[in-house]
Amino acid sequence: MTNELDIFVGNTTLIDEDVYRLWLDGYSVNDAVGLRVRSGILEQTGATAGVLQSDTMDHYRTFHMLERLLHTPPKLLHQLVFQIPPSRQALLIERYYAFDEAFVREVLGKKLSKGTKKDLDDISTKTGVTLKSCRRQFDNFKRVFKVVEEMRGSLAGNIQQHFLLSDRLARDYAAVVFFANNRFETGKKKLQYLTFGDLAFCAELMIQNWTPGAVDSQVDDMDVDLDKEFLQDLKELKVLVADKDLLDLHKSLVCTALRGKLSVFPEMEANFKNLSRGLVNIASKLTHTKDVRDLFVDLVEKFIEPCRSDRWPLNDVRLFLNQYSASVHSLDGFRHQALWDRYMVTLRSCLLRMYHD
Amino acid sequence: MPGKLKVKIVAGRHLPVMDRASDLTDAFVEVKFGNTTFKTDVYNKSLNPQWNSEWFKFEVDDEDLQDEPLQITVLDHDTYSANDAIGKVYIDIDPLLYSEAATVISGWFPIYDTIHGIRGEINVVVKVDLFNDLNRFRQSSCGVKFFCTTSIPKCYQAVIIHGFVEELVVNEDPEYQWIDRIRTPRASNEARQRLISLMSGELQRKIGLKVLEMRGNAVVGYLQCFDLEGESGLVVRAIGTACTLDKLSSTAAFLPACNSPSKEMKEIPFNEDPNPNTHSSGPSTPLKNQTYSFSPSKSYSRQSSSSDTDLSLTPKTGMGSGSAGKEGGPFKALLRQQTQSALEQREFPFFTLTAFPPGFLVHVGGVVSARSVKLLDRIHNPDEPETRDAWWAEIRQEIKSHAKALGCHAVVGYSESTSICEEVCILSASGTAAVLNPRFLQDGTVEGCLEPRQEENLPAGCGFCHIPYDELNMPFPAHLTYCYSCRKQKVPDVLFTTIDLPTDATVIGKGCLIQARLCRLKKKAQAEANATAISNLLPFMEYEVHTQLMNKLKLKGMNALFGLRIQITVGENMLMGLASATGVYLTALPMPGGIQIAGKTPNDGSYEQHISHMQKKINDTIAKNKELYEINPPEIPEEIIGSPIPEPRQRSRLLRSQSESSDEVIELDLSHGKKDAFVLEIDDTDAMEDVHSLLTDVPPPSGFYSCNTEIMPGINNWTSEIQMFTSVRVSRLSNINLTNQTLNKNFNDLCENLLKSLYFKLRSMIPCCLCHVNFTVSLPEDELIQVTVTAVAITFDKHQAVQTTKTHVEKSLQRASTDNEELLQFPLELCTDSLASHPFSPAKEHLESASSNSGIPAAQRDRCNSWIELIKLKAQTIRRGSIKTTVSVEKASPLTEGHFRQRSAPACANSTVGVVKMTPLSFIPGAKITKYLGIINMFFIRETTSLREEGGVSGFLHAFIAEVFAMVRAHVAALGGNAVVSYIMKQCVFMENPNKNQAQCLINVSGDAVIFVRESELEIISAQQPVASCQPACSGGEIAT
Repeated sequence: MTNELDIFVGNTTLIDEDVYRLWLDGYSVNDAVGLRVRSGILEQTGATAGVLQSDTMDHYRTFHMLERLLHTPPKLLHQLVFQIPPSRQALLIERYYAFDEAFVREVLGKKLSKGTKKDLDDISTKTGVTLKSCRRQFDNFKRVFKVVEEMRGSLAGNIQQHFLLSDRLARDYAAVVFFANNRFETGKKKLQYLTFGDLAFCAELMIQNWTPGAVDSQVDDMDVDLDKEFLQDLKELKVLVADKDLLDLHKSLVCTALRGKLSVFPEMEANFKNLSRGLVNIASKLTHTKDVRDLFVDLVEKFIEPCRSDRWPLNDVRLFLNQYSASVHSLDGFRHQALWDRYMVTLRSCLLRMYHD
Repeated sequence: MPGKLKVKIVAGRHLPVMDRASDLTDAFVEVKFGNTTFKTDVYNKSLNPQWNSEWFKFEVDDEDLQDEPLQITVLDHDTYSANDAIGKVYIDIDPLLYSEAATVISGWFPIYDTIHGIRGEINVVVKVDLFNDLNRFRQSSCGVKFFCTTSIPKCYQAVIIHGFVEELVVNEDPEYQWIDRIRTPRASNEARQRLISLMSGELQRKIGLKVLEMRGNAVVGYLQCFDLEGESGLVVRAIGTACTLDKLSSTAAFLPACNSPSKEMKEIPFNEDPNPNTHSSGPSTPLKNQTYSFSPSKSYSRQSSSSDTDLSLTPKTGMGSGSAGKEGGPFKALLRQQTQSALEQREFPFFTLTAFPPGFLVHVGGVVSARSVKLLDRIHNPDEPETRDAWWAEIRQEIKSHAKALGCHAVVGYSESTSICEEVCILSASGTAAVLNPRFLQDGTVEGCLEPRQEENLPAGCGFCHIPYDELNMPFPAHLTYCYSCRKQKVPDVLFTTIDLPTDATVIGKGCLIQARLCRLKKKAQAEANATAISNLLPFMEYEVHTQLMNKLKLKGMNALFGLRIQITVGENMLMGLASATGVYLTALPMPGGIQIAGKTPNDGSYEQHISHMQKKINDTIAKNKELYEINPPEIPEEIIGSPIPEPRQRSRLLRSQSESSDEVIELDLSHGKKDAFVLEIDDTDAMEDVHSLLTDVPPPSGFYSCNTEIMPGINNWTSEIQMFTSVRVSRLSNINLTNQTLNKNFNDLCENLLKSLYFKLRSMIPCCLCHVNFTVSLPEDELIQVTVTAVAITFDKHQAVQTTKTHVEKSLQRASTDNEELLQFPLELCTDSLASHPFSPAKEHLESASSNSGIPAAQRDRCNSWIELIKLKAQTIRRGSIKTTVSVEKASPLTEGHFRQRSAPACANSTVGVVKMTPLSFIPGAKITKYLGIINMFFIRETTSLREEGGVSGFLHAFIAEVFAMVRAHVAALGGNAVVSYIMKQCVFMENPNKNQAQCLINVSGDAVIFVRESELEIISAQQPVASCQPACSGGEIAT
C-alpha cells in the first residue's frame, strides 16, 4: 500500500526552520530525510521514518509554493493564501536571501549573466554548496540587481524596501550589486585571502564617497556607478608623484612626523616613494574601466604586498596612512585638498581593512 | 422590490500577466446579480488596477437576495479577440440580510479561477438597503439567522428550541448535461459552482420559511450537504434545529467569564430571591400559564409548585405514590405522554445540537442509527424531489421508533449522511435517544431556559446517565447498577452517545480518541444485486464496529463514548466502516470490567500459554492506559454502592429480576453486556487478528491528547494558540489478492500513520490536544482509499491543569458531602433526574419533593418499556449507560466559560492584524465571541490539465486546500470578522487521471463568521464599565450557570 497523495494544510502555515534550512541548502527530499534521521529526531519524538518522509515532503511542497512569493517579498506580506505570522514571514525572507560566504566570493564582481550561471556547476563543486542552492543564491543576486539597478535613492535602502531584508543583509546586497555593476576583479589568487566582509566594507565606503550619490542624492544610478567626474578629477593627483619636489617634501613631512613612532621606520623611509607612487597611480588610472576592475588587485600589489613583505604591523600601517593623508594638507603647492580627502579617506579605510593575512 | 443591493469595485492587485507582449493586463470587472450585469471601465496596462467604480445598484426581490450569489468576474480586455476571463468571486450576501450580523461586506477577495486557482485579489464593497416591509419580510425568510454551531451560540440565549427543520432540493448536475460535451471544463465548473450556490441559497430560504412558520428566528446546528448522484442528479439537503434566540446584552454575554468561580458560588444565595419563581416556572408543566411566573412576586408559589414540578417534568413523577413497578406502567406512560406533548406534535423530535443549555437534557438513552441502501434513478422532475424526501422520511421514522424503544421521546446530536458509489447510495442517520426537559420546547415559556435550569439540575447531577427505559424490558441486556454518584437510580455499564460531554458531567481523568476501523470486501455487482449485497453486509459491519469500539473502550479503562460518529462508505468492491468517538470515564458509571481471552482448546498447553501471554498483555495495556489517562476512580466497595438505597427488600427483588431478564435474552446479547468478564474468544485466526489489532493502536506521544468532541474531557486550561488543519491521504491498495484481513490492516495502518504524522507535525505545540478530530473516508476508485482529517490543535497549560483538577476534586468532594447530608436527612428522597429538588432550597421543600417522589425510583426501575433489538437490517441501535453528575454550581456553568477564566492570562499573546482564525469548535480559547456575522457556506471546484506541472496530486490538492482556506478567511475578514467557528469541510471529492495529466477536486466548507475579543482585552473593557452595567452582567453569570 503506497500513499499516492499525502498532504497537510494548516490554517496557519507550519514552517519548520530545520527543514527550511535543508531546503535552502538544496538537499533533495531523500537527503533531507537522511540528515534529519541523523540528527536524532526519530529518537526524540518516537516518529517513524515514514512519518519523517511525509513531513519532509510536505514542508518541501510548502516551500516550493512559497518560493514564487519569496521572489517578490512584498507579495508574501499581502498574499492571502498562506497565513503566516509576521515574524515567520521575516524569517522566511531573511533566510531565503541569505547567502554562503564561499559562494558569494566566487561570483562577487562577476557579471550576473547567463554565462556566469553556466559556471555554477564548477562553483558548486569548488565550494561544496549544492548546485540548487547556488542557483537560488545566484538568482537572488540577479533579481535584486535587476530591481534596484536603475533606481534613485540609496542602494541599500532600495533593496531593503523592495526585498524587506534586514539592515545588515540589505547592505550586503548593496555590496554585491555594487561589485557586479562595476565588475571589480575579486577572484585573482592574491585576492583570495579577502573575505566577503572585507570587500563589502570597501564597497560600502566607496558607495558612500565615490558615487554620484555622495554629492547629489537626486541622480539616477546614484549608488551603483562610480562618480565619473570624480574619477576624471583624480588625474589631478598625479602631481603628487610627478612633481619631484612635491614628492620629496611629502616624504620628509611624513618621515619627520613618524620618526621614532614606527617599528618599521627604515623600511617605510626606503619604500615611501614606491608606495606613494602606487597609491597615486591607482587614482589617476581609474578613468579606464579596465583599471577600475583591477582596483583591488592593484591595491594589494602596490601597497599591501610591499608592506606585508616588510612585516609592517597593522598599527604602523594605520599611523603611516594617517600621516600620509594628513601631510598633503601641508603641501602648499598642492591645490586639490578636497579631492585628495575624498579619495584618501575611503582608500585608507579600505586598505586598513584589507591589511591582514 | 424590497431590497437594493449596492456594489462598488475599488481596486485589484497582484493580477496575473494576461498580455505577454507588455507583461501587463488591461483589466475590467463585470458585476452580475440575477440577470443584471454592470461593467467597470477598463484599467489599462496594470497589474494593480484602481477602478474606483461608481456604486452599481441592483433593485431586487428579497427572494433573489437570498438565493442568488453576487458574481464578480474580472476580465482582460482584448480589442481584437474575445476578452479573457481572469477569474471570479462569488459573494454570498445573506449575512447582510439580518440586522444583527454584518452591515457591510468590504475587503480583498481572492480572484478564483477553477483552472488556475487564485489569480490576484480584488477589493469590493457591498451593501444592502432592505426596505422595512415586514410583510414582505415574512414571505421570504430574510432575517432568520443561521448557525453551523451545534450548540446555542455564545452570545445568545435560547428562549425556545422548536426542533427539527429539513429540506432538500434537487437538480440536474451540469457536469452530466449534454451541453457539457461541447463546453470548456471552466464553463462546466463555473456552471456547477453557480448552481450549487443557487441551490444552497434556495435551500436556506426554504428552511428559513419553515422556521418562521414555527415562530422561530434562527437555525442552529445547520448542516447542509450535497450529494453528487452523477447521472441521476445533484441533491442539496440540509437539516437544522429551529430556535428562538435572544441576544444577550453584550456585557452579560461575556462577563460571566470574568467572574471567578468562587464568586459565582457566593452569589448563589443572593439569587435565592429571584430564583424561586423561576424555579416554579421552570418546572412548568406544558401549561401556558407557567409562562408568566417569572415575576418576582410569584416567588411564594415555589413550594407548592415544586411537587408539580416533579409531576410534570419527570417521567417517573407519576409513580410518586405507586410503591412498586407494574401498575406504574401505564401511569408512567401517561405522564410521559404529558411531558412529551410538546415533542409529539412534531413529526420528528430531532435536534441537531450536540451541546445543550443545562437542564435541557434529562436522560440519555443511547445511540440510535438507521441506514438504508437505495438505488439511484434519474430525478425526473426537479421541482418535486419526492423520492429523496420519502427516503429520508423513512429513515427518520425508523430513528424515531428506535428512540421510542429506548424509552426516549427525542433524538439529540442528530445527523444524516450519504455514501454514493455508482448507482448505489447508502443513506445513514444517527443520533442519541434522549429524554428532554419540555420547558425549552414550549411556546410561550418566555422566561427562558436559563435561570430555572440551574436549580433543577442540581439534584439531578447524574441524571442524564440514568436509564430512561425500564429495566425489565430492555431491548438488550445491559447490566444495570446503581448510579455511582447518587446510588439511587440505575445506570448501564457503558454509555454511547453522539453528543458532546454535557458540561455538568463529572469525569475522572482525561478522555481519548477511540476509533474502530473496518473493511469488508464485496463482489462487484450491478444494481439490485449490488444493493442487496450491501444491505446484507451492513449489519455485520455495524456489529463488528461496535465490538471493536467496546473492546477499545475497555482497553482504555473507560466506560462511555461521546461524539460517536460511524461512517460506512461504499466502494466498487468493498465497504469501509470508520467509527470515531471520545472515550471518557464517567464517575456515575461502574468501572469497566477487563477483557478476558478464552481459547477454543483449553487443553493444549502451549496454546494455553499463548493465551495467558495475550491476556497479560491486555491487562498491562489496560493498566498502562489507566495511568496515561489518569483514571483512578475511588475504590468503592460494592456494599456501599448498594447500601444507601432505601427499601432493601424491594431492591433485592429488583436485582433478581434484572438478572433474570438478562438470562432470558442471553443469546441475543450482541452488545457484550457482561459486566466483569468481557470475553474474547479466540477461535480462529480472525479473532487472533482482532486481538492483535486491539493492541497495535499506539497511544499519542506524551504531551498529546486527542478527542473528536468539542473539548477534551479533563482538560480545561486552554491557552490561546490554535492550529486548525486538514490532512488528506490517498492510498493505493497494491496487492490484487485482497483479503479482509490485509485490507483491515492496510486501513488501520493508514489511519494510525496519519495520526502519527499529525502528532509529529504539531510537536512544537506540546502540550496540546487535538480536538474535534474528524475523519472522513471515501473510496474514489477501485483500489484507492482516501482519508481526510480536519481537526484543531489547542495548546494548554500543563501547570494549571494540576491546580484545576485539584479544585475539581475538592468541589466534587464538597458536593458529595452535600449529597450525603441530604441522604441522611431525607432517606426517602430519591435522586430524581427530574430536576426536582434544589440543594440550596429550604429543607421543607426537600421534604415535599421527597414525599412526592418516594417510591418513584423503584417504580421506574421496574418499569418495563420497549427496547430495540440490536440488529436489524439496515438499522442499528446501540448502547446506553449513565453518568454521574455531581452538579456543583460552578460546574453547572458551561465548561467553556470555566476555560475562559483560566485561559485569560496568556491569551493576549497574538492579535496580529488581518489574522483570521479557523476552528471546528464553537469557541475560541482565551477569547469571547462578541458577534456572529453570518454563515459561511462555500463550494469550490478546481480542475487541472497539467497535473505534473502543478506538483502532482499532492501539489494540486495542497494548493487547492490552501486556497479554500484563503477564500474562507477573505470572506470572513470582509464581513468584519476575525474567526470562523464550527468550521467543517463537508466534502472533499478528489478525482484524478494521472495518465491524462488531469485531476479535479470539489470542496464544500461551512462555518460561522464571528468577531471575537481576547479575554485579556475584555477584562480591560469590563473594568472600565460602570457598576450599573455590571448588574445585568452578574445575572448573566447566573444564567450561565
